[in-house]
Amino acid sequence: MATATARAAPRAGILARPVAPMGIWSWLTTIDHKRIGILYELTAFIFFLIGGLEALLMRSQLVQPDNTLLGPGQYNALFTMHGTTMIFLVVMPLSAAFFNYIVPLQIGARDVAFPRLNAFSYWVFLSGGVLMNLGFLIGAVPDMGWFAYSPLTSSQFSPSVGVDFWVVGLQVLGVASLAAAFNFLVTIIQMRAPGLSFMRMPLFTWTTFVTSILIVLAFPVIAVALIELMFDRLFGSTFFNVTPAAAGAAAAGGDPILWQHLFWVFAHPEVYILILPAMGIVSEVVPVFSRKPLFGYPFMVYAVVSIAFLSFTVWAHHMFTTGLSAIAMSFFAASTMLIAVPTGIKIFNWISTLYGGSIALKAPAMFALGFIAMFTIGGLSGVMHASPPVDTQQQDTYFVVAHLHYVLFGGSIFALFAGIYYWWPKITGRLLGDGLGQLQFWLMFIGFNLTFGPMHFLGVDGMPRRVYTYSPGMGWELWNVVATIGAFVIGVSVLVFIFNAFKSLRTGERAGDDPWDGMTLEWTIPSPPPHYNFVEIPTVAGRNPLWLQKHPELAGRHVPGADPIATDTGHSGSEGSGAESHDGHHAVHVPDPSYWPLFAGAGIFVAGFGVLLSAGGNLSLLAVTGVGLFIVIVSIFGWSLEPVNEPVQA
Amino acid sequence: MQQVASAPPAHPPTHVEEPSTGLNNRKVLMWAFLGSDCMFFGALIVSYLVYRGRWQGHPVPTDVFDIPYTSVSAFALLMSSLAMVLALAAIQRGDIRRLKIWLLTTAGLGLVFIGGQIFEFTTFGHEGLTLGGNTGGTTFFVLTGFHGAHVSLGIAWLLSLFVQAVRGQMAQARSLDVEIAGLYWHFVDIVWIIIFTVVYLIPI
Amino acid sequence: MSAHQPEHAHPGAQQYITIAAILTFITLVEVSVYYIAALRPVLLPVLVVLSAGKFALVVMYYMHLKFDNRLFSGMFLFGLATALFTAIAFIFLFHLLQPRFVT
Repeated sequence: MATATARAAPRAGILARPVAPMGIWSWLTTIDHKRIGILYELTAFIFFLIGGLEALLMRSQLVQPDNTLLGPGQYNALFTMHGTTMIFLVVMPLSAAFFNYIVPLQIGARDVAFPRLNAFSYWVFLSGGVLMNLGFLIGAVPDMGWFAYSPLTSSQFSPSVGVDFWVVGLQVLGVASLAAAFNFLVTIIQMRAPGLSFMRMPLFTWTTFVTSILIVLAFPVIAVALIELMFDRLFGSTFFNVTPAAAGAAAAGGDPILWQHLFWVFAHPEVYILILPAMGIVSEVVPVFSRKPLFGYPFMVYAVVSIAFLSFTVWAHHMFTTGLSAIAMSFFAASTMLIAVPTGIKIFNWISTLYGGSIALKAPAMFALGFIAMFTIGGLSGVMHASPPVDTQQQDTYFVVAHLHYVLFGGSIFALFAGIYYWWPKITGRLLGDGLGQLQFWLMFIGFNLTFGPMHFLGVDGMPRRVYTYSPGMGWELWNVVATIGAFVIGVSVLVFIFNAFKSLRTGERAGDDPWDGMTLEWTIPSPPPHYNFVEIPTVAGRNPLWLQKHPELAGRHVPGADPIATDTGHSGSEGSGAESHDGHHAVHVPDPSYWPLFAGAGIFVAGFGVLLSAGGNLSLLAVTGVGLFIVIVSIFGWSLEPVNEPVQA
Repeated sequence: MQQVASAPPAHPPTHVEEPSTGLNNRKVLMWAFLGSDCMFFGALIVSYLVYRGRWQGHPVPTDVFDIPYTSVSAFALLMSSLAMVLALAAIQRGDIRRLKIWLLTTAGLGLVFIGGQIFEFTTFGHEGLTLGGNTGGTTFFVLTGFHGAHVSLGIAWLLSLFVQAVRGQMAQARSLDVEIAGLYWHFVDIVWIIIFTVVYLIPI
Repeated sequence: MSAHQPEHAHPGAQQYITIAAILTFITLVEVSVYYIAALRPVLLPVLVVLSAGKFALVVMYYMHLKFDNRLFSGMFLFGLATALFTAIAFIFLFHLLQPRFVT
């Protein structure tokens, strides 16, 4: 731990340190967790619009039987990119935006543990998102579904380089997610304010913590699966190839089911990576807007942790129709039913929090309530799939499409909008219009249910998913029209949000530090927060520290007696606004900007691009990948030689 | 925590931030990474195991294995772990001369291992075991190849520490840098302990 | 999490060398049992136990988990346990429960 005093920048290193406080370079070289959070938010929202347009195109194609708006190939490309975009480029980075912006504020820190690694995560995420979508420019779009089932992905059946864009893009996105997850894991373990023990952490911080664990353990598996697929396609290995490499050669002997297992070992925890942050946001919003502490806080925490354990034991319920043995099906059916228990506990705890509360139906609360209702429906249709015979009936029908959208749209996206309305004033200093927020909520809620509710019926009526059109007379016409109308209503609701956002930025009501009478540390500091966040690192005396200070009677209701105010330090109720100041060594954890994360991210982009160039068959173009990796290595050296602080031997 | 910077001039905040646990950030990061890397190598080893006994055609890995040869290179890697902890013990005592010796020994034994692997891959290739020949070759080369890549990265890391030691930049206070590099190095070693048993010795 | 446990109660060079001797011995035993035909039927469990022993020795003594903060053990063992569970599940799924490939 250095004891640093103010000193002149720039300092030693290969490049002079960027110093501009504003302007484009200050954003390109920023390592401030708040700015990185905003970059994540904006980038993810642009991808949200792209993914939404892809969905609207698909719904337009399906509005009537035998429609010819899209061909089958275009439709395949659209559902592949819609799924991939919404999962990896929208819900995950929108969650990451809140991890970045909110978690350091909630734990009373001035930044994350590794600020430059954090900037690196963002640039690598952007590289992966661009690489994934580059195929649109040359007309080679991934078109094998977001799950990329083998053997459809083999060179034989997918000769186009579209699959390679998906493989490389996802691999790069995985690097970004892993870097970010390691960072938040260490940040939450290491940088909590004094007194903020694990069982006092806000639920959103808890879900960030557990989500990071899931990313850290699940993404290496998809990394291996993607490496194997890349080797199959580029270098002729036989991980998933069934057919011989050349005429007359022996059968390759690859097993396509191996891909499915590896993919779902990753992708089922991924489902919880998408929903846990949403649950965390709702667990913040519901108590504040019902003016009651979260009901059953310890059980909420245990539920999140047990979901983390169980999520690695359920993957094969996505594969009940692949011919698993009876014992395996029984195991995965039982574990799937078991994981519904902690999920149910959370729903009951939110409802119990609402019960008896004085509920303020502001926009964040509306979206949170919408989440609880829609997620419950999606959760129930999910438990249905735990039963192998039922699942076999519903496999690959629109029923599954309905289920997953109730969980990921009715769940994650509604909760993320709750978070946007809740934390927007903290981020921008201005409130979003509540009237427009209510309008957006109702448009989105009605549009969502019009779109995905009927898909339950379509699925039970046997309409298959991932098929670009259908014949008249199947009884599917009505509900497809309804679903398409609903999709456009959702589109309008998003336009309302964009209007609301611009209006708020120009003329929105000033928020002040604490517009919602919040209970966590981020509401103790100005909106928007100064770049060092906290003038003094707060000392936390219990759960819901700000309520402990403002409304001890509110916070006390469900906080055990063992949590009196400021037992640890004697700074009674002094979080944020307290006047105590430890004299002696003063140092601030506000690191300076750096070019290196940007350069390293660019190097990864070049490396991925090199793989794509060589995917056409010319492996010598892998030299471009070599150049990219060289840029990464140079950047890492520049990174480690650039002092972030004065030498330790002070 | 090494990331401390100049105070903003207008509002000089106070309080030194101590890590909540009293542990070092980078060491926590390294252990999280190693937990994660368990899943990485787990998936690669599992890919090998899934096909074991279902290989089609010849040669398959067990046809070409040379157990005495691989035992020697496995032993070299095992002994490099000893050299690594001796390097750590040296810097913890402030003995930079022995630190240099043991770092170089560790990297050297790692190079012996990598050289052995290159020779082994070449020999197997001549005997007909190829990346695309059958699932045995595919899973064997990718698993051991990625382990080799981890070892190579570790050698580069150790050599960069060695260069810093030669240039007089290592001191007792930086023992944590050696310890963290060592954690990575030992992990690569224990992965090979598993690979050596599961891939080479167990005869199913 | 028990904070502020000693982070640097590491063993000395003498103990490191003792561990290395044990590791060498186990490796010799491993390679030897591989060549003893009489042990073929029990080779699998014997090798698994021996290599698990080597693994544990390196992790506990060379990586200091035996002496270090328990948080580190938790982080590593959680990853290791998840990987082991997944690996064992794959062996069941592909080999033991349902041998779907007959060559």
